[in-house]
Amino acid sequence: MEQKSSAAAVGGDYKYGFVTDIETDTVPKGLNEDIIRMISAKKNEPEWMLEYRLKAFRHWQTMEEPTWANVQYPKIDFQDIIYYSAPKKNAEGPKTLDELDPELLKTFERLGIPLSEQKRISGVAVDAVFDSVSVGTTHKDTLAKHGVIFCSISEAMHTHGDLVRKYLGSVVPISDNFYAALNAAVFTDGSFVYVPKGVTCPIDLSTYFRINASETGQFERTLVIADEGSFVNYLEGCTAPQRDENQLHAAVVELIALDHAEIKYSTVQNWYTGDKEGRGGIYNFVTKRGKCAGRESKISWTQVESGSAITWKYPSCVLLGEGSQGAFYSVALTHDYMQADTGTKMIHVGKNTKSTIISKGISTGHSKNSYRGQVKIMPSAEGARNYSQCDSMLVGDKSSANTYPYIEVKNSTAVLEHEASTSRISEDQLFYLQSRGLDTEQAISMLVQGFCKDVFKQLPLEFSVEAVKLIEMKLENSVG
Amino acid sequence: MEKDMAQTLLEIRDLHASVEGKHVLKGLNLTIRPGEVHAIMGPNGSGKSTLSKVIAGHPAYEVTAGSVRYEINFQMRDLLEMEPDVRAKEGIFLAFQYPIEVPGVSNIAFLRTSFNAILKHQGSQELDETQFAEFVNKKLEIVKMDPRFLDRPVNVGFSGGEKKRNEILQMAVLSPRVAFLDETDSGLDIDALRIVADGVNRLRTKDNAIVLVTHYQRLLDYVVPDFVHVLADGRIVETGDKSLAVTLEARGYDWLVK
Repeated sequence: MEQKSSAAAVGGDYKYGFVTDIETDTVPKGLNEDIIRMISAKKNEPEWMLEYRLKAFRHWQTMEEPTWANVQYPKIDFQDIIYYSAPKKNAEGPKTLDELDPELLKTFERLGIPLSEQKRISGVAVDAVFDSVSVGTTHKDTLAKHGVIFCSISEAMHTHGDLVRKYLGSVVPISDNFYAALNAAVFTDGSFVYVPKGVTCPIDLSTYFRINASETGQFERTLVIADEGSFVNYLEGCTAPQRDENQLHAAVVELIALDHAEIKYSTVQNWYTGDKEGRGGIYNFVTKRGKCAGRESKISWTQVESGSAITWKYPSCVLLGEGSQGAFYSVALTHDYMQADTGTKMIHVGKNTKSTIISKGISTGHSKNSYRGQVKIMPSAEGARNYSQCDSMLVGDKSSANTYPYIEVKNSTAVLEHEASTSRISEDQLFYLQSRGLDTEQAISMLVQGFCKDVFKQLPLEFSVEAVKLIEMKLENSVG
Repeated sequence: MEKDMAQTLLEIRDLHASVEGKHVLKGLNLTIRPGEVHAIMGPNGSGKSTLSKVIAGHPAYEVTAGSVRYEINFQMRDLLEMEPDVRAKEGIFLAFQYPIEVPGVSNIAFLRTSFNAILKHQGSQELDETQFAEFVNKKLEIVKMDPRFLDRPVNVGFSGGEKKRNEILQMAVLSPRVAFLDETDSGLDIDALRIVADGVNRLRTKDNAIVLVTHYQRLLDYVVPDFVHVLADGRIVETGDKSLAVTLEARGYDWLVK
């Protein structure tokens, strides 16, 4: 009998790899102040927005691309990217959903996100972002009744300019890092959420990001503000066509939770990963940060990172408010030649702030999977607590896992616990499951799901089911 | 001849196997028929556990010579050609000496996945969660297990005795045709031993066969075997009935092992 090797390629078929044939309105390739002015003009932005962009661009020009992450890729030529591409009919901003280009409706339906009135998903409001623009948002009326604002950020600039102006860049300033500065200069769309005082958002909010056009980068910006005592559950999904070239996705997400507010932010990231030889795929260089500005406020990031050729992403929390809490729950699965360097930062500023980090990395094939996390306790953070657990699982013998924990404590009353482990799926574990009738793929999938359970249970139910299916599909060919 | 073949469930001929380069089984012969209970006894290192692992298909154990044939639909098939999961789907079961922990996976989810994998292989309708819960609840009683065991992760935090009972529960759910119980009695106190033995007896039918791999005679007081074999240095050196076990208990293995 020949034992199948568990080191072979993983991946399965990427069923979201199709391209939508649609007329687009694009700007010329490359990046300079004229391009930024052009984008701003296309979006008919207020003057302060253009100023913000130009300031960011000027700052970006002084910055260097970061090289500290444990990922390798050829230098990106930022002049070889198209910074704006929108479906033509929609260039002036979204109209009613039923008036959308049928091609777009079809695309989102194929992705499992029906947008039209009759077909829309009942329990979730969706903002659909296609390349550079939001093409539509569902359930707006229901939300409006509760005073919840959920729309594209471009729309919000006009309708709620004061809020956007007040909070944009308040968590991730333009100077924060290279990709955040780039995003601030060229971001084209994204979602805007405002949940008023004391309101529990009646349905989940969700943004679905789709990259379609070639040679185009997607730079979206999401801003979520939870006012005092409010609650919102926010979900995010993403896919892109299968192409041989790499495409850049550099998003910025900012969350603000005021007194006693809570934001739960979940992501299932399934950008195209590249093929089995490592050709193509999305470079996912994302800055996500939440500010627990108010007392007893809570922000949690839950992510299932299963896509992209390269992931560089550290959803973080700044815990300012007294007794505020931050959490990061992550599953990162890499296969073939994928590279992921992901983790979190928990910055404790307020008294009695608490943070929890649970990270599960699974590497298969030739992939590299790194956890990088920072826990920082500032002198003011009396009584701060952190619990971190970072586990890595290796499948096969050509993959690698790394853990880089950085801990900085400037207040002696802080209590920190850190646990870490690296395991390989053992022959005995696999054999045990096989001897109960599970084939190798089923067995690995079961072991991986067990490994990820603490994170999956943080996801909203439907999302959790999706995540399990996604991981199963990704592992399908892991043992061919 | 045809008839004889149909009556044989498992036929092991001149089996040689090694693990980590060490030659452990050295020409083992054993024929198992439906309805039989065999006990395989022998000193440490005689190859008892190796035999169980080879039958179940553990990848670390290499068969260097001989054959193992297994009856499927009245045809003797080469068992060694089959992947471990296929063997399980065809009714081979191994109760592990050291059951493996599967963190994060509930016992019931594991049992259901396993049971459904076998149903699917047989072309039967798989059971949904409700149907399976009902089915498994009846099986719990066989090993006197509390239903709360079903929600705990597989073997994680189980005591030695609980792990062994859990193995028998799996056996009860999967209804194998040939079950190897690898030292299922070791590490059990007398109450647990009775429960396990009682469970095994209740799972004994005229169509299946059970092979008890054990160090001690005491399990055989509760599960009475049709045959007792003594394994020494990778071969069966003596075969008898229940009384052989009693003799072994009194005289040890030395008189058989030269």
